[in-house]
Amino acid sequence: MWNTIGALILDPNVRWIIVGCMLLGLSSGVIGSFMVLRKQSLIGDALAHAALPGICIAFMLSGVKSTGGFFIGALVAGVLATFGIRWITQYSRIKQDAAMGIILSFFFGVGVLLLTHIQHSGDGGQSGLDKYLFGQAASMMQSDVYVLAGISLLMIVICVALFRLFKLISFDPGFAKGMGLPVAFLEQLLLLLTVIIVVAGIQAVGVVLMSALLITPAIAARFWTDRLHIMVMVSGIFGALSGLIGTLWSGMVSQLPTGPVTVLAATVFFAISALCAPRRGWLAKLWSRKQTKEQWQRQGGISHE
Amino acid sequence: MSSDFWIILTACLMSAACGLLGCFLILRKMALIGDAISHAVLPGIAIAFLLSGTRDSLAMMIGATALGLLAVFLIQWLQNSGIQSDASIGIIFTALFAIGVIIISLNARNIDLDLDCVLFGEIAYVQWDTWTANGIDMGPRSVWMLGSALLIILLLLALFYKQFKISAFDPAMAVACGIPVMLFHYLLMGMVSMTSVASFESVGAILVVGMLIIPASTAYLLTDRLGRMLMYSVLTGVVSSIIGYYTAYILNASIAGSIVTVAGILFGIAFVFSPKHGVLIRRLRQRRSQGTAIAE
Repeated sequence: MWNTIGALILDPNVRWIIVGCMLLGLSSGVIGSFMVLRKQSLIGDALAHAALPGICIAFMLSGVKSTGGFFIGALVAGVLATFGIRWITQYSRIKQDAAMGIILSFFFGVGVLLLTHIQHSGDGGQSGLDKYLFGQAASMMQSDVYVLAGISLLMIVICVALFRLFKLISFDPGFAKGMGLPVAFLEQLLLLLTVIIVVAGIQAVGVVLMSALLITPAIAARFWTDRLHIMVMVSGIFGALSGLIGTLWSGMVSQLPTGPVTVLAATVFFAISALCAPRRGWLAKLWSRKQTKEQWQRQGGISHE
Repeated sequence: MSSDFWIILTACLMSAACGLLGCFLILRKMALIGDAISHAVLPGIAIAFLLSGTRDSLAMMIGATALGLLAVFLIQWLQNSGIQSDASIGIIFTALFAIGVIIISLNARNIDLDLDCVLFGEIAYVQWDTWTANGIDMGPRSVWMLGSALLIILLLLALFYKQFKISAFDPAMAVACGIPVMLFHYLLMGMVSMTSVASFESVGAILVVGMLIIPASTAYLLTDRLGRMLMYSVLTGVVSSIIGYYTAYILNASIAGSIVTVAGILFGIAFVFSPKHGVLIRRLRQRRSQGTAIAE
């Protein structure tokens, strides 16, 4: 087994894919921490679905499959989706979860409509467009990894630079407003960063599973600490490790898709954290409950049993 | 009978079933649980298919429905252990969906189940996939499956209308009245996963979500009464199915995609022009009240 892993790491193509997936996991773990704390974690799901019509329209306009074009198309669609969700909640009595569901499925429906329209029109250049749905990390090339690396670095730099501001709007937006901070702008910026990372990740893990990379590492990290900067770091590490495990494992077994394995790896990290984390984990809670009970009995308290 | 008829009938049955359930999901603020269930039934479908080898079994329907319920149960469990609700939905449904995709990809050779088909469905093929009993052709299988799902939903809603209504609007009062709220919660969730399974072949997992949420939200903007809301929701769903079918025909594109698109456009119209809660009427009302304030 170690030989196969060694051979995989030595293969330059695989190495690019590993680097790409790890960077993706790292940056989505970092951004995801803020989204989870702001209780907007499912917005990643809505944005990933909303990217589909953007990709299709970009293809219809340009006629070629170019990563740059798709990126811009998906970005525009994602930004429109965030506005849509905001409008629906602001101007009607529909709640945010339903608004997200409406935008998600409407955009996706339009996307499927356009995708099948393109496919049936018989343009030879479209083949493989549907790969964006499930993602295909194996198709990532060196140039894609460069783009992904650039985006991840940008994300991390922005998050470090604006860490205090993001922290404030995540925990107490009312106070931030009172201090005269541009809260609406910062919220929109955070959403924009999410859109960018989601769009960048779709190619690797696909539309449906992208949201897991935002949510699962962040929640797993939440179990280990109460401090935001540690949570962000741990979440990034969990994300990167999931990317590594996902790529290696799917490289060893034929026909095993990378995206789902990465998501499952993240879920395993979550399960381990939920079980074993100190203080917040399930076992620790069980232990402390037992301790308290014993202490109570030692003090001569009345047991219920 | 012609293919148009069967396709439209399937779509209408599906949107009626989804429209009825969607109203309760919207009212209980659980729209995204519907999303989660429709993704989470995928491994159930894959496992049942792997075990039985056919798509036609009742076993598959039951197995996948059970998995949908399991997802709801797990989400509830995570919430009770202190994880915020949106994140617990996200963790569970992506994990289950990932398992489903892995099972299908690993068994691509033995499984006659196309991933694209699972996600978007292929309603155009319903007429060829018929159900034969005692050698007699009984018509498309999807129609039977969706028809029985709709029948079960109608029956349960008719029997327990009051209970569902009270637990939708005021769960605390429902508990006080002695209604087993949790039982009705899981009953509703069971119906949602049953409908997702029954319609995954015709419209696919993701578009089921659209038909669960969009027509019900449209109806929610049009009325304040539950009975009317259910009616409007079903009506919007059926109208979107019919218009969607012909749009898809003209554009030569996916029928399921175009049905959801039409439903979304209808929602947009209701959003702007609804006589009760539309954007326009709100503006007018605002201006009028401003006018009277100035006049005074």
